[in-house]
Amino acid sequence: MNGRVGASPRRVGGHERVTGEQAYVADLEIPDVLHARLVTVDCGRARIVSIDTTKAAQVKGVRLVMTPADLPVPMPRFGPQFVDRPVLAVGETHYHGEPVAAVAADTKDAAEEAARLVKVEYEELPAVFTVEAALDPGAPLVQDPSLRPDDPLSATNVLREHRVGWGDLDAAVADLVVEHTYEFPMVTQFAIEPHAYIAAPEGDGISVWSTIQHPNWLQKVIAGLLGLPLSKVRILSPDPGGAFGGKQHAKYEPLVAFMALRAGRPVRLVLSLEETFQAVRRASASIRVRTGFQTNGTLAFQDIAADYLIGAYADIADRVVGKGSYPGCGPYRVPAARILARSILSHTTPSTAFRGFGAPQVNWAVESNLDEGAIALGIDRLEIRLRNLARRGEAFIPFDTPADGDWEQSVRRAAEMIGWGTPLPPGRGRGLAVGIKSGPTTGLSYSTVRLLADGSVVVYAGTSDMGQGARTILAQIAADELGAPLEWVTVVMGDTAVVPYDQQTSASRSSVLMGNSVLHACREIQAKLRAMAARLHGLDESQVLVEHGLVRLPDAELPIIDVLLPGLGSLGGELIGIGEMRKEGDTAHPLGGSVAFFEFNCTAIEAEVDRETGDITVARHVTVSDVGKALNPLQVRTQDEGAAIMGLGHTLMEHYIFDDAGRIRNLGAIDYRIPTSMDLPLELESDMVENEDGPGPYGSKGMSEGALLCVAAAVNGAVREATGAVIRDLPLSPERVWLALQEQGGA
Amino acid sequence: MTQPAHLLPVTLTVNRRVREFEVAAHHTLLDVLRDDLALTGAKECCLVGECGACTVIVGGRTVDACLMLAIEADGSQLTTIEGLAEGGRLSAIQGAFLDHGGVQCGFCIPGQVISAHALLEANPHPTRAEVDEGIAGNLCRCGCYEQIAEAILATARASGTAKPGAAEIAAPGER
Repeated sequence: MNGRVGASPRRVGGHERVTGEQAYVADLEIPDVLHARLVTVDCGRARIVSIDTTKAAQVKGVRLVMTPADLPVPMPRFGPQFVDRPVLAVGETHYHGEPVAAVAADTKDAAEEAARLVKVEYEELPAVFTVEAALDPGAPLVQDPSLRPDDPLSATNVLREHRVGWGDLDAAVADLVVEHTYEFPMVTQFAIEPHAYIAAPEGDGISVWSTIQHPNWLQKVIAGLLGLPLSKVRILSPDPGGAFGGKQHAKYEPLVAFMALRAGRPVRLVLSLEETFQAVRRASASIRVRTGFQTNGTLAFQDIAADYLIGAYADIADRVVGKGSYPGCGPYRVPAARILARSILSHTTPSTAFRGFGAPQVNWAVESNLDEGAIALGIDRLEIRLRNLARRGEAFIPFDTPADGDWEQSVRRAAEMIGWGTPLPPGRGRGLAVGIKSGPTTGLSYSTVRLLADGSVVVYAGTSDMGQGARTILAQIAADELGAPLEWVTVVMGDTAVVPYDQQTSASRSSVLMGNSVLHACREIQAKLRAMAARLHGLDESQVLVEHGLVRLPDAELPIIDVLLPGLGSLGGELIGIGEMRKEGDTAHPLGGSVAFFEFNCTAIEAEVDRETGDITVARHVTVSDVGKALNPLQVRTQDEGAAIMGLGHTLMEHYIFDDAGRIRNLGAIDYRIPTSMDLPLELESDMVENEDGPGPYGSKGMSEGALLCVAAAVNGAVREATGAVIRDLPLSPERVWLALQEQGGA
Repeated sequence: MTQPAHLLPVTLTVNRRVREFEVAAHHTLLDVLRDDLALTGAKECCLVGECGACTVIVGGRTVDACLMLAIEADGSQLTTIEGLAEGGRLSAIQGAFLDHGGVQCGFCIPGQVISAHALLEANPHPTRAEVDEGIAGNLCRCGCYEQIAEAILATARASGTAKPGAAEIAAPGER
């Protein structure tokens, strides 16, 4: 059947998406809802002198003007790593766009007008927007040291330092040492769905609708802030319209919850795209790489110092820094390594998770530096990678999960597809890079599966389907195991009052962790069917096998329904399976747990450059990922190609531009460009390696981020081969490339 | 200070149904579709005519509903995403989006499908370059452009090789 594992049926939920029926948070109609708008001040950091709400409150239809004075003292704070983000800025703002007040009104027009009429008197304060400024000994502190009382770093703007290493770096001897510093810009997730929140008082509790990826995290945050038991906080999270990490953790849900309770009515806040840009971004980074090579290209050591500029509040950014930099040496055999990564606070938008989770920044630097070494040594750039690549089972990070794939296959496949080593058309160059990302280090996913009396199936899973296709994958697993047509499987997600606990949707975990959980639930049902069949047919359970929707008896093979119906008997009913998948942590491990799997990708590029304008044309883009097993090959392809195109965004065009006051100058879709259909590679080809060697169902691995990881270094390699231009900053905008070509011409 | 919004009568034919109502002069077509007519298929994203998530067809031409005042559309024939499937049956282009993997998160898809539909109405056999041009005003952050282009080209091929009604679209991974 075409809905089985390994097939590519139509996306579950696809019909609703092509007809406009799919209801995202902003599409929900909530009776009696008030419309909220945020009030902000126009600079990166300010002291709030006063807030006058008189005129705003007089606007017809305004029901609430919320200021810090209306919230508990001390100001409630929250955050997944540090409890540092206030519900509303109190006393001082710390980034451009941080709300200082909010209004709620019967109509959007009234809310808009009232928000403009809230008079905020403020005094702009000295602020830090760059790594250099934040590290200056005289720099103003972004966070009050009282927020981190026992922290020796609390009197600095360094939130945390992460150190990983092995071997004796100081004693390591190399024939050639290459050292450079690379810059990665601030970019933003730009999900086409801006963030949206609704909160409604419900009896002695509250309901909160959100575009959130992690409803169970949000439930804990809201319950903690409001002093409610978890059972009285219901989080409803319709499928997000793209998230890419930006929607993992709570942002303005707590504010909207407090507003709803105060107003005694539902309150709805839909951010504009500009406000969304001010709410979430990827950390920029400045990364110094010192690589030691032997003459034959063997790596002697890697010494990496990565300064990530996170924002005013930690959100999950410090975890991004620690986990993203951790596999910084790449999938290579490196005898001695030292990685120092720092998360540095600044008066900018709090950075958070973004596809790749801190790995693309270091990858850009380390893979580019590898090219520099290869060129200096006169060794082919593919050859130097193959020479150092870890083999399956090799503990390339000595204290972690050994290499869990035949990674050379992906590299050779990509090289073959791009025609590595074959003559180039004139004016063109090729580049090739590999990327690796650590999968989840802990996890807990429960699921419930019900096999109903007619053989149809309901799956309850707390994963969020934000486009990666989890709904389809989980339905395919249940359909395959329980023998139901795919159209007979319903997957219920996004409601904490109904769906059992799932830790989170992140790190490309859902096919593996929730997939296994659903598989276990199905296997529990299969065990019940086995007992039924044995009872009905007078057999011992050991003589019965249930698999792929069939019940196999010694002398017959029955569809599940033929056992289920008589087995359930005259009262009918259903069979229920409970799934649980744990990935335990390890407190002694640098990341708090070993890696469940690695995402591995090789990207190869053929490009040419217009020397008059600096404009890059990506002629061919090849991306190959090691996915273990493609549960749905078409979805693997679209995730890989989508990640590749997103990678071209930060490689070629995307970056925030700040002014002296810390304001983002290019807020919104006109001035912040992402790839359109006119920016695609002339040819984009993806392929996958399937060795069924992953920890997920049927040997699958997580795979949704890999194809983004190493795009920048691969494109840069192609530009260098095509033109000789040496560039160590992103994006590779026409201006930057043109300047590099001019410098080269003058040299 | 707040003046009562001045309301103006408007008549629109939306998805073949005549709708008469009053709108505030400053409300956009997108505001009215979503808030007054409960047609939420057209999405709010950039609100400056760059992302295409609110694309609808007005008088035979695609427009960003966020850039058009509702009163400017007075008297027009409108097609929104809700108007493409007839009697619950997906149109050929809607089905092709699903068969070719053109849909991931789906938020941009109403706009993409409307642009694709309008492109094929105007140019039943576009080249790949014309397809890329035709959807250039519709951002997709999931990066489904290749698959969307395949869906459009396959729909065009199917309509050209068979008489209307007999069209079957080749679907990768199906059967």
